[in-house]
Amino acid sequence: MECLSGQAAFQGIAIGKIVEVKKEDRLIRREHIEDVEKEKQRFFNAQKEASTQLGALYEKAAREVGEANAAIFEVHQMMLEDDDYVDSVLNIIETQSINAEYAIAATGDNFSQMFASMDDAYMKERAADVKDISERLIKILDNKEQKNENFSENTIIVADDLAPSETVQLDKEKVIAFVTRHGSTNSHTAILARTMNIPAIVNVPVPEGIDSRPAVVNGYDGTVVIDPDENILKLAGKLKEKEIEKRNLLAEYKGKPTVTKSGREIKLYANIGGLDDIGAVKQNDAAGIGLFRSEFLYLQEKDYPSEEKQFRAYKQVAEMMAGKKVIIRTLDIGADKQIDYFNLEKEENPALGYRAVRICLTREEIFKVQLRALYRASVFGNISIMVPMIISLWEVEKVKEIIKEVQEELASDGIPFKEVEFGIMIETPAAVMIADELAKNVDFFSIGTNDLTQYTLAIDRQNPNLTMFNDTHHPALLKMIQQVIDAAHEGGIWAGICGELGADMELTERFIEMGIDELSVSPAMILPLRKRICEI
Amino acid sequence: MKEFTYTIKDELGIHARPAGMLVKCAKACESSIYITKGDKTSKATLLMAIMGMAVKQGETVKVKVEGENEEEDFLTIKKFFEENL
Repeated sequence: MECLSGQAAFQGIAIGKIVEVKKEDRLIRREHIEDVEKEKQRFFNAQKEASTQLGALYEKAAREVGEANAAIFEVHQMMLEDDDYVDSVLNIIETQSINAEYAIAATGDNFSQMFASMDDAYMKERAADVKDISERLIKILDNKEQKNENFSENTIIVADDLAPSETVQLDKEKVIAFVTRHGSTNSHTAILARTMNIPAIVNVPVPEGIDSRPAVVNGYDGTVVIDPDENILKLAGKLKEKEIEKRNLLAEYKGKPTVTKSGREIKLYANIGGLDDIGAVKQNDAAGIGLFRSEFLYLQEKDYPSEEKQFRAYKQVAEMMAGKKVIIRTLDIGADKQIDYFNLEKEENPALGYRAVRICLTREEIFKVQLRALYRASVFGNISIMVPMIISLWEVEKVKEIIKEVQEELASDGIPFKEVEFGIMIETPAAVMIADELAKNVDFFSIGTNDLTQYTLAIDRQNPNLTMFNDTHHPALLKMIQQVIDAAHEGGIWAGICGELGADMELTERFIEMGIDELSVSPAMILPLRKRICEI
Repeated sequence: MKEFTYTIKDELGIHARPAGMLVKCAKACESSIYITKGDKTSKATLLMAIMGMAVKQGETVKVKVEGENEEEDFLTIKKFFEENL
């Protein structure tokens, strides 16, 4: 048994047999030729044939993994026709009176080295594309048939790295995992694994000569076990079973409405922390996004993110959700989320300190950039704005004033925007107590149970010594939730929960009895929760 | 000769796909079109050369349009940048 580890590019468990995919080490002969024109014609013919092949690959990939992933073959086609590339090949043939294969290999090496030496992770990966088209041309000239592997069931592909044209030719019915010695989470293999929904691990130091040996791939922790023993197999089998169970659930409840037996429909939304999560939202069939944490835009930067950058992110999520609701929470930093360039002072009690809307209302210039970006994106989908950490009515009024200013500015700049739903998070006992007043001034409530619990029970949720006191089902908390829902309904607005408690299935029935309208949970919890609700 | 400067907004910069589209667009124009970033200049019809410039988000390029039909081509290329990059 041999246990190896690499970088997990996509999760999942695979138990199967290894097929090693090797690049054929083609020795390219350097041959002197007499007829330069004839050699050039050979190149042109190969170029034409390669273009036809790529066209077919594009069609195949577009059908199997979507147009966005297939676009690479279009780029390959254009690379083939690139004047610099073609000129270089022709020039080498002519000046050295040398065979086309050699001229192509030399040109391919030069260009791929140019990309490989670039100071940009994305462009570095393009070196593989140049190599790929050059190899394709040489294969055609060699007049060798493209080898079509005949895999058995449950094939685990092991390779140095896979070129896009190689990955698309694999028999996807039979491949259950990818393991590559090189590559990155940005490489084609990783992207393909994500769309095929099978585990992939990159950068694994797999030895040579392991073809047809049994193996277990764990895409959760990035390990590969070759020749697994009984214990490992048993463990992997159990994990796999769980996975299948989850997948069946997915199939059964996907596309179904979230309705109780008595016919009450619950809005089941997803919480996400970045654009990368949108795929999971769609995969798990959420009815919308109930909490889009905008902090990631700030956390990944070294300086305040520009309006343009934010606008693009909000527009993208709005467009990708195609008219489904997207509730974007405005900046919520401070407390446990610190960002250097905000230059926040150290505090004795950060949870009770300068955070979230308190920063927005004292540093309006930062807040306005975000609001402008949000309103600009509003015309591209169904965006709602949600403000965290409200304790007083005047805060809501002040935020609305600032929104009005932003709208006026946009209007005078001639930038289109539309009215959006405006809601607040209820996560302080103060907001609970004045929920009736607040309800008259906003379009919805979303209860943030994590902070509400911490502020109500006076328990720091980061302190492990307090676990025995931290009763997340505390009656005080449940009474508060009831109070918020009642206040919302009296004011004619809806109320939801976006904290962790929303996914607590022991409470689902209780919440529904209380009259909750919406639950927003992590994407992976959507389908299990839908099942639970449909059974009530 | 007409020219404009443009600051790239696309997150990935002028990466493979938009570079390909740019080449297509430039080839459809009658004029000669040149892209300049810093001290590097390339014809807009050369895919690998443009990718080789590695133009990133936030960087500014100068676009030069030269030829009989430059008025119309200028507008075409400018529109392409605004819509795709």
